[in-house]
Amino acid sequence: MIPAAFEYYRPKDMAGVLSILEEHGDDARVMAGGHSLIPMMKLRMADVPHLIDLQDVGGLSDIEISNDTISIGAMVTQHAIIDHDGLAEAAPILREASLQIADPQVRYMGTVGGNVANGDPGNDMPGLMQCLDATFTVVGADGERRIPAREFYEAAYMTARDDEEVLTSVTIPRPSGGYAYEKQKRKIGDYATAAAAVQIVKEGGSCASAAIAMTNLSDTPIYSQSAAAALVGSSVDDAAISAAIDAMLGDIDPTEDNRGPVAFKKHVAGVILRRAIERAWSRA
Amino acid sequence: MSSKKHYSITVNGKQEEFLAEPRELLIYTLRERLNITGPHIGCETSHCGACTVTIDGKSVKACTMFVAQADGKYVTTIEGIGGLDDLHPLQNAFKEHHGLQCGYCTPGMITRATKLLEENPNPTEEEIRFGMAGNICRCTGYQNIVKSIQAAAAEMNAAKEAAE
Repeated sequence: MIPAAFEYYRPKDMAGVLSILEEHGDDARVMAGGHSLIPMMKLRMADVPHLIDLQDVGGLSDIEISNDTISIGAMVTQHAIIDHDGLAEAAPILREASLQIADPQVRYMGTVGGNVANGDPGNDMPGLMQCLDATFTVVGADGERRIPAREFYEAAYMTARDDEEVLTSVTIPRPSGGYAYEKQKRKIGDYATAAAAVQIVKEGGSCASAAIAMTNLSDTPIYSQSAAAALVGSSVDDAAISAAIDAMLGDIDPTEDNRGPVAFKKHVAGVILRRAIERAWSRA
Repeated sequence: MSSKKHYSITVNGKQEEFLAEPRELLIYTLRERLNITGPHIGCETSHCGACTVTIDGKSVKACTMFVAQADGKYVTTIEGIGGLDDLHPLQNAFKEHHGLQCGYCTPGMITRATKLLEENPNPTEEEIRFGMAGNICRCTGYQNIVKSIQAAAAEMNAAKEAAE
């Protein structure tokens, strides 16, 4: 419950953030909503001698929607995602997924950037962002880099972001077609036993394109291109859905924990993906 | 390593100035430093919501915020929602509809419910249960908490209508 002591910084701009990161290297860490980092600090599982609070850094809380893309600042909270009517229209899967993350209090504080940058495979937004083919913008001493969500996750808590870089925004091509975020969890606020993000475009009764990503079924989110490929060209009938599930099961690699053994997680992953595909197809 | 810093937080309308280490969790600032002991601590993993307060219009678990983050902010706790002589409709409804037993979750429950009704003055039962899902209760089984919030909502809406 009691975190170790740290030096606290609340810079007003990104230059201030980067200079602290540069000065203290691995000993410094940025904090957004604090709802993954503070719990880890309270358990002394995260040691952060220099804590940089991003709350006063301007320009990180904007949501911009154009004809082609959606840009979400890293400090946009889950609550703001749910509350934003324009976003609900442009990418309704974001609200559907956010409502399945944590609980009201956590959603007032927890941010999109923190969720995707954390690197915990239990987080829901990483898989969602892979499904949506999002791009993450990170900024460091050498300027900005843009990293596709599908290439961002390397292992549990290991991402393509360098320690001295800050994730500043998430950019998504405006999705089209049907969508679903389906999550099996033990109770409110739990990370998924299995979850699936699905977007499907229907043309003339058949599937023109699809994107599928799975949450908490490996040490990273799993973007399953083979599962999506099994749907494309089909009428998304039982056979096609079963083929997509079989393909997905070949891509995931769950481990046993208190959410269940591997065989159970694979079973649940199949059930969840079937439901997600059926719901997305019904909305397509 | 880390020395005390000067902080200023407005709690229930009163500006408080003090020195504290940045790592101090806001729940301890409230309880131990400012003697505002309504908000409680029920866990160390940010699940239970017994520490819920309102900060700048958000329901926040005060166990998951450092005092340094709260510097300059406005905090409302159960003590600021209503007192013995001027119960808030939610406090009255929790009493009338038996929405509490041991009372340990109640300050967080009621503080969260004030915000829920502000955002959604006419919630369905399902919306109440979902909107209160960040608050755990060991005694009531939730049923009477739902009834209490429904009753308070009805009373607050009627009072609002009467005023218009």
